[in-house]
Formats: sequence, C-alpha cells, structure tokens
Amino acid sequence: MSSISTPEVHVADPAKRRQAILTVIGCTLLVAIAQYLIKSGANQLSHAGLVATLIGIFTILPLFAGYALYGVFTVLFVGALRHGELSILYPLISLSYVWVTITAVLAFHESMNPLKIVGIALIIGGVAVLGYGGGGK
Amino acid sequence: MKTPVSSMVLVLVGSLIGSIGAVYLKSGAHELRRHWASLLLNWRLALGIAIYLVSSVLFVKGMSRGELSVLFPMVSLGYICTLAWSRIFFNEAITRVKLYGVGLILAGIVFLGLGSR
Repeated sequence: MSSISTPEVHVADPAKRRQAILTVIGCTLLVAIAQYLIKSGANQLSHAGLVATLIGIFTILPLFAGYALYGVFTVLFVGALRHGELSILYPLISLSYVWVTITAVLAFHESMNPLKIVGIALIIGGVAVLGYGGGGK
Repeated sequence: MKTPVSSMVLVLVGSLIGSIGAVYLKSGAHELRRHWASLLLNWRLALGIAIYLVSSVLFVKGMSRGELSVLFPMVSLGYICTLAWSRIFFNEAITRVKLYGVGLILAGIVFLGLGSR
C-alpha cells in the first residue's frame, strides 16, 4: 500500500499553501450548493433502487446540476491538494456543514436552535485553527 | 422525519470510502504535469475520482431518506481516517494544531447532530 505515496519531498511554499487553504474554503460554498441541489433531487428517489439512482443522476436536473458542481469542486480541490497537506485541506470541507445547516433551516424548514448555533461556531473555530495553523508555517 | 439505520450505514460507508478517494486524488494530483497524457494516463487520479463517485452514490442513497442534519455529521468519520491516511501515505505530521482543529470540528458536528433531534 505504501506504493501510492509520492516519492518526492514536498517543500511547502507558504504562499501556495495559503492559496490552497483559501481555495478549499471557497469550495465549501460550492459543496453546499451542490448538496442542496442533490438533496432536493434525491427526494424524488426515496424508493428507487441503485440503478434507478444512477439513471436519476442524469435525468433529474437538480441532481445533475449538483453533480456537475461537484465536478467543478473536484477540479479545484485536486489543484489545491498539490500545494497543501491532505490532513489540513480535507477537514476544511466540514465548513460546508455550516452552509448546509443554514440551507436546511432556510429551504427545508428544519429548525434552528442553540445547539446548532454552538455547532456552527465550533466548526468555524476548527476551520480557523486549521487554516491559520496550517498555512502560516 | 426519522432517520433509518440503513441511511446511516450508507453515509458512514460513503464517508470512509470518500477519505480513501481523497488519498488517491492527492497522489494523482502530484503526478499532474502540463501535458494531456499526464491527465489521461493518471490512474491514481482516475481511481480517486471513481471512488469519490461511488461514495457520492452511497450518499445520495443514504440521504434520500432521513434528516440532512443527522446524516451529514456522519461524514466526520472520514476526517479522522484522513488524519491517519495522511500520516501513513504522505508522511504528514499529526500536529497539535491539527488535533485541535479536527477536535473542534468533530465537537461542532456532534452539536449539530444533537440540535437536529
């Protein structure tokens, strides 16, 4: 399994690492929009099998648009991964929960409460710790 | 709306697979050069994207039944795995800053889950 690690040593360029972190943080907005679209499309699939789900990805417009946005996200994410650490960049995607929770309250009429507000604050705090701590060195 | 266990399993498995996909995405990303062949012949990148797609299908199936705000937090399993994969495959140090950052994120995710009951 160790054969999949890259042999070269990655000397981190601080400016590029910062840029990678900011790119992924921006990407979380794309993920949230994509997940909103996928969720609204997935409601039409609640009793579909796996094959019907696969077909639905291409025939249900919100699902297709959601996956297209995921494609854009993947391109940007791969570009960022070249210059940043996976252990920093991957957890940053959790910021999308913050946007998703806000979307769920606004669009899917789930309730907002103090627990969710604390959760949102903690995630933003964690992203800030990773972002500042992981980019500056 | 109640969240069935089958949805939770689909999302948990999806998040585990997704973190493995991210490992291949990163190792593939480092092989990219300014040449079309480096994109087309990049099996690690292709495998990473394929694994990501599989995990996304599991997510769609999982999320088609149940509450968004219960199921998304289960992706957090992927973050813990990613810390380990990054150490094992890319020799990235597990620093105190990373543990604090991921710890805060996990706590936040737990609170989001609690707030969704």
